[in-house]
Amino acid sequence: MEELSAAEPDPDPRPARQPERGRERGRVQERGPDRTPEPGRAAEADRRPKADRTPEADRTPEADPRPAATVAADEPVIATRALTKRYRGGQLAVDGLDLTVPAGSVFGFLGPNGSGKTTTIRMLMGLIEPTSGTARVLGRPMPRAARTVLPEVGALIEGPALYGFLSGRDNLMRYDAADPTADPRTRRARVAAALDRVGLTAAAGKKARAYSLGMKQRLGLAAALLRPRRLLVLDEPTNGLDPQGMREIRALVRELARDGTTVFLSSHLLDEIEQVCTHAAVMARGRLITQGPVADLAAGLRGRLVVTTPDAGEAARVLKEQGVGDVVVTGDRVTGEPPEPDRRDLADLNAALVAAGVRVRGFGVERASLEEAFVALTGEGFDVAG
Amino acid sequence: MSRAEPAAVPHTGPAVRPPRRRWTFGLLRNELTTTFRRWRTLALLGVLAAVPVLVGVAVRVETRDGSPAGGGGGGEGGPAFIAQVTNNGLFLVFTALAATLPFFLPMAVGVVAGDAVAGEANAGTLRYLLVAPAGRTRLLLTKYATTLAFCLVATLVVAVSALAVGALLFPLGDLTTISGTRITFADGLGRALLIALVVAASLIGVAALGLFVSTLTNSGIAAMATTVGLVITVQILDQIPQLHAVRPYFFPHYWLSFADLMRDPVYWDDLLRNLGLQALYAAVFGSAAWARFTTKDITA
Repeated sequence: MEELSAAEPDPDPRPARQPERGRERGRVQERGPDRTPEPGRAAEADRRPKADRTPEADRTPEADPRPAATVAADEPVIATRALTKRYRGGQLAVDGLDLTVPAGSVFGFLGPNGSGKTTTIRMLMGLIEPTSGTARVLGRPMPRAARTVLPEVGALIEGPALYGFLSGRDNLMRYDAADPTADPRTRRARVAAALDRVGLTAAAGKKARAYSLGMKQRLGLAAALLRPRRLLVLDEPTNGLDPQGMREIRALVRELARDGTTVFLSSHLLDEIEQVCTHAAVMARGRLITQGPVADLAAGLRGRLVVTTPDAGEAARVLKEQGVGDVVVTGDRVTGEPPEPDRRDLADLNAALVAAGVRVRGFGVERASLEEAFVALTGEGFDVAG
Repeated sequence: MSRAEPAAVPHTGPAVRPPRRRWTFGLLRNELTTTFRRWRTLALLGVLAAVPVLVGVAVRVETRDGSPAGGGGGGEGGPAFIAQVTNNGLFLVFTALAATLPFFLPMAVGVVAGDAVAGEANAGTLRYLLVAPAGRTRLLLTKYATTLAFCLVATLVVAVSALAVGALLFPLGDLTTISGTRITFADGLGRALLIALVVAASLIGVAALGLFVSTLTNSGIAAMATTVGLVITVQILDQIPQLHAVRPYFFPHYWLSFADLMRDPVYWDDLLRNLGLQALYAAVFGSAAWARFTTKDITA
């Protein structure tokens, strides 16, 4: 997933089920921490018009991810009300959860181990019956409407699970056969496209037990991508992947979001959430601490001004003089609260330092990370909840 | 974000189409091929195919000097029909089924049935099948149908292997029924097939029991061991005369009634009792498995 090649609509109406189609759709530009992916122009253009031009479209109508009688665009994709799960034995795993995942968002779901994330995901997927409260997914109640909701949801829950004695391709064939709404006539093509999308085409014929953890993770993702989905639930999707694999997953998530798929992403890697998510929620001890746009979550904390200089003492004096609060000196680093941007330009601060003879090696503002926001919110680090 | 305008996309085609009946059998087809391609299944079938070979060779070696099989003791020295095998290879089919039905066949079925749901839970694949969504009732029915298919295939493997070994080592021809009448070889083959079907049907109860046990645990090994253990325990209890009041309700009680198909005319009473008992077990444990599986929290 290195070069951008999906940016332009393909003018050449190729015959249906061309194997390279998946690869082309899979390629996407690494956009860096771009939080507002554009509406899915590129991928849509690649996909849709072809259905009009070729009589035998490879995408059958029932595979359309957004049916005509769909929920309103502004209705949340996931909405829970007082969702509670008490396991036998009295342990309260999830306590009165009110979660709202807006349509089209990339939603980060954060929390320490044992905070109830996985129980919540399992309740949303109809695997666990809530003790009380309700959960609606794609506008319909779960787990009652599971058979109509779940074909439009791709999920990776607590890591991949595969049949070791089957090849990667046969694993996907089996999962696809389990979906009674999936068209068996397009099964081979869709499986091939999904394998291609996660870069497993070369290893498709290998037995899954010979796969590395990263390959298993990719195959699990491929299973979630067998059909166009309206919602993707990805529980720790980058587990076991190398940095390049993580980059590819992030690119894939952004690309899917551009296509209009809502992505619900649980992760313990805060910077990962920060890089790809538009919204986030934080759970601790079964309760929802906060939820909202990522920018708002981190906004509570302003960044810190950091000056690196061999003349730390002098720099601290000048900064205090210039009205910088909470100045702290550690070695050759001087940090402080930056002034309000409308009151004082940072460039003037730097000029003042230089004018006072301070030799400045580095100067800038370090943004508050989500991790700091997280610690501030939960009042704890990333420890296992007792 | 939330600017990915789904409204801008032209909607072609209807919503998720209601599943067609043909499509819903895709899982069953896949389950069947998956089950019968597993090494474990093939190994079980291989063991079952080897039993008639062992019995046939043993009888052949034992009777090389012309002495009758079974030590001439009137059948108490081995499974039913073993004395007649030397006269007619077709009897090896009946002998082999009588030898495998008490233990080998139910054990093999117990392994497959016990692993059906618990094995998927153990591997974690159960959650992915359910979010696919396979549907809990549909998945359970698929699993039971596949287990029953295995019952039939396993029985036929024993029968076919016995027929091949019998034809190879012993003469074939018209045969004498238990009642003493003569029937043609073709008629005998027909009865052999009927007996194989009845033996396969005798395993319906074990299959349902195994499936129920399978829904109780997340460990495939535990479910298999429990099912096979239950089969052995019930077989032993069925031998205790003091339990005569409940013995007719043990699933193996009428198993060997299939020999009545070799009477002329056929004596149906115990055969029908056997089939009725199997249906009862299928209904009771099938319902129990359904009740358990459709309300279970899938935490594996």
